[in-house]
Amino acid sequence: MRRKATVVEARAVGAYRWLACSDDGPTPRPGQFYMLAAVEEWGGGDGERPFLPRAFSYLRAGDGRIEFLWEDVGPGTRRLSALQAGDGLWLLGPLGNGFTAAPGPLLVGGGIGIVPLACWQDTVGGLALLGFRDERHAEAAELMSGEVELATDDGSSGHAGFVTELLASALDRDPVVTVYACGPPPMLEGVRALCAERGVPAQLALESGMACGFGACFGCVVPTRTGYVRLCVDGPVLAAAELEAVA
Amino acid sequence: MIDFCGIALEHPVINASGTFDAIAARRAFGDAILERFPFSAFVSKTVTLEPREGNPPPRLWEQGAGLVNSIGLPNKGLRGYLEHDLPELAELPVPLIVNVMGSTREEVATLVAAFAERDVVAALELNLSCPNVKTGLDFGVDPAATEGLIAHVRPLTDKPLIVKLTPNATDSAAVAEAARDGGADAVSLINTLRAMPLHPMTGEPWLGGRTGGASGPAIRTIALAQVAQVAARVDLPIVGMGGVQRGRDALDLMHAGATIVAVGTESFRDPLAATRIVHEMTPSEDSRSLEAPSTAR
Repeated sequence: MRRKATVVEARAVGAYRWLACSDDGPTPRPGQFYMLAAVEEWGGGDGERPFLPRAFSYLRAGDGRIEFLWEDVGPGTRRLSALQAGDGLWLLGPLGNGFTAAPGPLLVGGGIGIVPLACWQDTVGGLALLGFRDERHAEAAELMSGEVELATDDGSSGHAGFVTELLASALDRDPVVTVYACGPPPMLEGVRALCAERGVPAQLALESGMACGFGACFGCVVPTRTGYVRLCVDGPVLAAAELEAVA
Repeated sequence: MIDFCGIALEHPVINASGTFDAIAARRAFGDAILERFPFSAFVSKTVTLEPREGNPPPRLWEQGAGLVNSIGLPNKGLRGYLEHDLPELAELPVPLIVNVMGSTREEVATLVAAFAERDVVAALELNLSCPNVKTGLDFGVDPAATEGLIAHVRPLTDKPLIVKLTPNATDSAAVAEAARDGGADAVSLINTLRAMPLHPMTGEPWLGGRTGGASGPAIRTIALAQVAQVAARVDLPIVGMGGVQRGRDALDLMHAGATIVAVGTESFRDPLAATRIVHEMTPSEDSRSLEAPSTAR
């Protein structure tokens, strides 16, 4: 259930904000997520945004602490980015389903989508293909424990172009893999389409705005071949084959 | 123990319909959620005769002090609910109130009759925020349609009938009077207020359903006004709701005339928020027992 954690350490990693907090909750599985909210200045008074907690995959967990990473893109991540060691953080989780192990893991991440792939690479290994906007964002690749191939949109680090181009080359070399991907919707749609074309199984960690994270609000639905599913309780990891497209 | 329409409740805080899925919460948190169930009665999501998939996403918009949602009442329909949901909800440690909605009297009657014969159902809540196919207007904004609907289904069950009022009516108290005259046992209010957030870049409606319902602390004072207005004109038990975040918000609604209180949006922020709110409903949190005027908070 929701519990109060204490921030142990917080710092910038390239364009992102990295934070570690104490946690004595259940051990999460890679791909699962948490709902986070600062204890202070988060909808406790009247008229405040952020108001709802925000959903984040965890980067790494163990030894009584848990790590997160985000980019400051709105009022919620801005407030979280202001947290310093000793500040309070509400945690609800682990929530959702997480990745399922299968032979030949090949990890594909875009931007902040590398987060669930970090702990997954710790667990299953495999090569991680990572795409970022630019060199500054690509600094987050240092958080991965295993082998990495980089792409940046502006060519400032690694391959100049999309990570899906790295994926196409990797599948040319070895098509007998299971793809695990997380990133922005256009990238995930590229991964989904490519894997469908090549007959490669893929698990996609999706994102959707959520009010609660535990199935109460029905706000985070995504369309699948069998209708809408709530990403919080039926995801956030979905088999690519369940989707017509990533919207 | 509190007596609400003959139902014994351990404390005065229940959930607002559609803001807590006890079955999903049990999947997420395990049986711990049953052992620490935050509400004294559980109100189900709205059940309709036929299954509904709900509105296309996006379904949520965060605003200052609240939320606008356009969920569209997804549910498995009456048959699916009876087969899949009801047996699981029967395992909850608190009385079950089933919320139903239909677009004709006959549809509502079928739903009420189906639940009337289920012992596990303690009461029924009628969601009147549905267009009446005869008039195109929501039942809940039309006193005559409301009275006719309640009178039609009243003979079908001995269970308490709670009528959920919409704040989008011109005169909620007139609708409450009509519900009473039709034979309702209680009213619940307020439902969400119609709202339309716009996409910050395109200026088009953000929500897949174009408009949605505003909830959360932003609507708290509106709820107080409507509960007070209804309480002044109708002598029925009232379930008060709208922006309850703290014990004093719940006490405020009860001072305005609510018999019990429902928590909705705050449960999204913390699944056990209702438990905290109940603990906070102590005399020391009751602003009427404080010397300072309530506006000085």
